[in-house]
Amino acid sequence: MSLVVQGLTIDIGGRRVVDGVSFEVGDGQRLGLIGESGSGKSLTALAVLGLLPEGARAGGSIRWDDRELIGMPDRRLAGIRGDEIGIVFQEPRTALNPIRTVGRQIAEAIRIHERVSRREARARAIAEAARVRLPDPERIVDRYPHQLSGGQRQRVAIAIALACRPRLLIADEPTTALDVTIQAEILDLLQSLVSDDGMSLVFITHDLAVLSQIAAHGVVLEHGRVVESAPVPVLLTRPVSPVTQGLLRDATATLWKPEGRR
Amino acid sequence: MNAAWPRRLWRLSTGRFGVVVCAIILLTAASALVWTPFDPQHVDIAQRWLGPSWPHLLGTDGSGRDILSLVMSGARTTVFVAVGSALIATVIGIALAALGALTARWVRESVAVLVDILIAFPVLLIALMISAIWGRSLWVVIWAVGIGFGVNIARVTRPELRRVLHSDFVVAGRASGLTPAQNLYRHLLPNVAPVFIVQLSWGMAVAVLAEAGLSYLGVGAPVTQPSWGLLLAELQQFLTVHPLSVLWPGLAITMTVLGLNLLGDALREATDPTLSRTDERVREPEVVA
Repeated sequence: MSLVVQGLTIDIGGRRVVDGVSFEVGDGQRLGLIGESGSGKSLTALAVLGLLPEGARAGGSIRWDDRELIGMPDRRLAGIRGDEIGIVFQEPRTALNPIRTVGRQIAEAIRIHERVSRREARARAIAEAARVRLPDPERIVDRYPHQLSGGQRQRVAIAIALACRPRLLIADEPTTALDVTIQAEILDLLQSLVSDDGMSLVFITHDLAVLSQIAAHGVVLEHGRVVESAPVPVLLTRPVSPVTQGLLRDATATLWKPEGRR
Repeated sequence: MNAAWPRRLWRLSTGRFGVVVCAIILLTAASALVWTPFDPQHVDIAQRWLGPSWPHLLGTDGSGRDILSLVMSGARTTVFVAVGSALIATVIGIALAALGALTARWVRESVAVLVDILIAFPVLLIALMISAIWGRSLWVVIWAVGIGFGVNIARVTRPELRRVLHSDFVVAGRASGLTPAQNLYRHLLPNVAPVFIVQLSWGMAVAVLAEAGLSYLGVGAPVTQPSWGLLLAELQQFLTVHPLSVLWPGLAITMTVLGLNLLGDALREATDPTLSRTDERVREPEVVA
């Protein structure tokens, strides 16, 4: 199963915000989409799931497993979302429903796509909570999001996205809203979950340092256009475009410093 | 898992009070259907203006009718009006809010304008307009409050629905494969319910007051129908001579309105887990990450 995006365009209110983005993610591959805010990376992710905001139109082609996703009826897309393609959002504080327990939210996708009983869904939720290494899974599934820390909430969000074992995970800046130490743990977790299951990953970030930890290939976006596409080691050592060079300069803040600088 | 809210409601003192008051009113109304100490419309001139005494526990009015029996059967009218107008307000409120929040832009905005126009009509004016058609009837009160409050509910619920619609977890719900209808039922409506419940309980309290007020003005309950408002209107003419008799229907109205308001507040607090201070949160060392 592979994702092939070709000449993707997104228009919002007559303005073209994503202009001819193309990339390809093969089975088990890890791709990074990198760019500054407003470069169209999140919209690209939402377009893959057919969840663009009201008033936005997508053009071009997004093929998943040889099915065209652009223009596919919403009912069929709903069958793919969560089941074959999962997504983790940036902000764990708002990505969870505040009035439902964590366990019910993890089990939601399972209940939709696999039609299991309430009791079995709960057992699955506990297992999923354990898989993302939440502490005390049996009790944590009965808690509400506001009773959890930011890192725990992001683990819940990951558990929700992975509950049905999708073949592709889209992670939209999943560590940006977290403390540096917790960022590293979440990255570790994502990495091991992705490689355990052999699923493909599209990782969106504005941070080359984070990207270098998790992705093999990087696509650099600016103003909705692809400015550079290369294996991550190449991006790190011989960046061609000024955008990538800028990102490389900025990347020294967090987890990692490129060798030979300072 | 969410079934803990009745227990949380009971643990709140306001919730307990509201539940007890509403239960008493409901039981009184139900029992008045089959039994009252005296026939509320039985006139006995020999027994007029009695103070609280046996067998007339709350005394009698100027034509010797038993005030306790009148208040008890008046509860029937009150419950009927409160529930009736709440049902109408719910249907109108949800329909207008959903139309105003979830549809295409031009429908949305025209509904918003319509709501803004309707909200300019006070309930009293609506009641007077309806009474021009139906004459003096309880249905006037029910429809007037139902429409007036339905519009109010729509006005408050619509932006709330818009806000929730744009929150990440609704998009996340769609990303898990929920259809829009499933998303409405599982994520949107439960999240606007607290706001809605408060509005509705307030609407019921207003209905009780409106029934009393409109009956007092002669638009609501017909004179043959026992009603707290009518009773108050009759008794208050003799306020200076027999002040105690006015107390009972007045007290019944006040307690009902207070009970409904407190019940609404407590319901909101009990159903919203992020607000519940009664939730005995286990203080354990926060696990990092």
